[in-house]
Amino acid sequence: MTRKQRRLTLIGAGLGVLALAAALVLYALNDAIVFFNSPTDVLEKHVAPGARIRLGGLVKPGTLTRGDNLAVRFEVTDGNKSVPVTYVGVLPDLFREGQGVVTEGALDPGGTFKADSVLAKHDETYMPKEVADALKKQGHWKTEGGYGLAGSSKGAPK
Amino acid sequence: MTPEFGHYALVLALALALVQATVPLWGARTNDATLMGVAGSTALAQFVFVAASFAALTACYVGSDFSVLNVFQNSHSAMPLIYKFTSVWGNHEGSMLLWVLILALFGALVALFGNNLPATLKANALAVQAWIACAFYLFILLTSNPFARIAHAPAEGRDLNPILQDPGLAIHPPLLYLGYVGFSISFSFAIAALIDGKIDAAWARWVRPWTLTAWMFLTLGIAMGSYWAYYELGWGGWWFWDPVENASLMPWIAGTALLHSAVVMEKRNALKVWTILLAILTFSLSLLGTFLVRSGVLTSVHTFANDPARGVFILGILVLFIGGGFTLYAWRAPMLKQGGIFAPISREGALVFNNMFLTAACATVFVGTLYPLALEALTGDKISVGAPFFNLTFGPLFVPLLIAIPFGPLLAWKRGDLTGAAQRLIAAAALGIVALAVTFAIQRGGPVLAPFGIGLAFYVMIGALIDPVERTGLFRVPFATAMARARGLPRSAWGTAVAHFAAGMLLFGVIAESQWNAERIASMKPGDTTSVRGYELTLDGLLPRPGPNYRELVARFTVRRDGEIVNVLEPSKRTFPQRQMSTTEAAIMTRGASQLYLSLGDVGQDGSIAVRLYHKPFVLLIWFGAVVMVFGGALSLSDRRLRVGAPKPARKAALQPAE
Repeated sequence: MTRKQRRLTLIGAGLGVLALAAALVLYALNDAIVFFNSPTDVLEKHVAPGARIRLGGLVKPGTLTRGDNLAVRFEVTDGNKSVPVTYVGVLPDLFREGQGVVTEGALDPGGTFKADSVLAKHDETYMPKEVADALKKQGHWKTEGGYGLAGSSKGAPK
Repeated sequence: MTPEFGHYALVLALALALVQATVPLWGARTNDATLMGVAGSTALAQFVFVAASFAALTACYVGSDFSVLNVFQNSHSAMPLIYKFTSVWGNHEGSMLLWVLILALFGALVALFGNNLPATLKANALAVQAWIACAFYLFILLTSNPFARIAHAPAEGRDLNPILQDPGLAIHPPLLYLGYVGFSISFSFAIAALIDGKIDAAWARWVRPWTLTAWMFLTLGIAMGSYWAYYELGWGGWWFWDPVENASLMPWIAGTALLHSAVVMEKRNALKVWTILLAILTFSLSLLGTFLVRSGVLTSVHTFANDPARGVFILGILVLFIGGGFTLYAWRAPMLKQGGIFAPISREGALVFNNMFLTAACATVFVGTLYPLALEALTGDKISVGAPFFNLTFGPLFVPLLIAIPFGPLLAWKRGDLTGAAQRLIAAAALGIVALAVTFAIQRGGPVLAPFGIGLAFYVMIGALIDPVERTGLFRVPFATAMARARGLPRSAWGTAVAHFAAGMLLFGVIAESQWNAERIASMKPGDTTSVRGYELTLDGLLPRPGPNYRELVARFTVRRDGEIVNVLEPSKRTFPQRQMSTTEAAIMTRGASQLYLSLGDVGQDGSIAVRLYHKPFVLLIWFGAVVMVFGGALSLSDRRLRVGAPKPARKAALQPAE
């Protein structure tokens, strides 16, 4: 092989590996990513039951109930709409009513969001960015404590 | 006075860096030894001043001087002394100060130990190092001053984020930064070589030890961060494919590729242009990591504050250095002379194979990390890219790489014998298949992936040992002869074998933990018992306990196996009143390389407590693997040829003035 042929072999092999990586990435991007939705998004976009999504917002005060065997039920709200969520397991340290939360899972046909993971924030000044943006979109972004919820549960599916 | 002193020292360091960034460069152009010599002394002086600045901030923390805004926001007088030290870098401003301290340290080390470098290379490299330093000093002084004062000093501070109140903070960030910032040396040398327009095998020989050192620290830093997350966050995960983790993984992968391509360059004078590109790329990814973590585009425990001005400033630094580096590369690289040629099947070919797959794997991590940011900026859609994405992309790309690992050292330089290498690996492959079959039989209907993963891990481990076994003649010649030969083997050959063996260990740990992890979640009252994999845990009771700056609720569990008491575990939940935060302190019991992991959830109204219990088989191999890999790196670093240094051309040396 001449120097040129050798170099072409190398470049060809390199491109082959890159093409493989690109194919894997494209496949995975179709298959393995999860979209973030606010409760308003969920209700307006008619997210299909069973589709894996992230749902984020604030834990609506007064909605957290605990069942047997670590089953919990609460509502996630963005101030406009809210979605009921069920979860079985241990909640994170910083999970509290009125605070930001991101849950991952899927809607069941009845409109309840079955979460298999619940993420809360890392410290008291931190609000998940997606949640902050979703709240801003709904015009409910206020400083801590000043968050009003009057009438916000209207339209929540049961 | 102390904070002002620290601030002033930092300004002086900037002034020194400005001199170092210009004068030696001019000296190298005009071949003026005096001007080039400025680089060494300014690099040392710079380090002294940054260290003084860092010491000043440390003094403010240790003395709980709450008139300093940074101390007020991140410290508390009741905090244990060690956390007063570590909280110096447990915040944005202080961590950037640590960043420049380490940058200055590496500059000073090059100045001290670079006496056998060609004068122009040393001058240019230190000048490039100073450009980076200038950018980051300006960043700190203009946007992130750690020494800002409060007009009316508060009596008490706001405490450090409780998650960071852990010995992990003393170790993880410094190690990680030593790695991240250490790659700046490879970058500076690459840019210096491009400025010079000449590069040879000796260049690779100078750069490789620095790259190896940085890589070792980065490996330890990542492993330490992973273990910290594992025991502190309370859900037993050791890698989340979180963007901030990926930010450190990308330079690690690129650095690993760089280490391997630099070998080709050093030994065979080939792949020069590619090695330079990798050196630029690796540090670019380090800068990207700094940007992702420090700018506030991502939110995580690593993001301390969201000030848009900072993000824009770091983005500016990023564009300047990455853009500048690649532009210079595009302009100068074609002028570099081509090196030795080699057949596709050869040691060089194997190392190229390694580089291709590592680069492709790095690219998938890059896409997975930045795609969500790009998509949100373009369409407003918010997505999360997590473990499923990386398992589908990163995983398949690593499999061929792992299969190829044992082949590399068995192939000859220039032209190798693939069949011969494969024949010598038959033992490893056979043991791998045995391991596969045994695993399959033991787990009976368990996860399908596990036997293949374990088989591959055994193949990699045994395969790594084939080379030293053959070269010492172990099992063929008398033991004493083999031992004598083993001592005579170059340390770098041992380093390779050990590091490759460690890759197999790590794989074993990852596969075992991810496939055989057992989990129990239960709600328990005192007297209740729960069990996992033959371990029975009884909750004896809950008791409150005071701490220095927190209160804690301790749950005491007795662990039994076959009715016999084997241990008492005391996981707890800590509440930090200052920040109204609580943390979970997991209790971990180690048996061999496996661990029993116990953490607490909330206390219910009826007095029961939520408990998470995991059995994690062979989980420790993940971190042991990383440590052994670093040990392999250290062996390689102690190789004679790196200690002695590169030979310098005799004639040129004679022309240099005595220093």
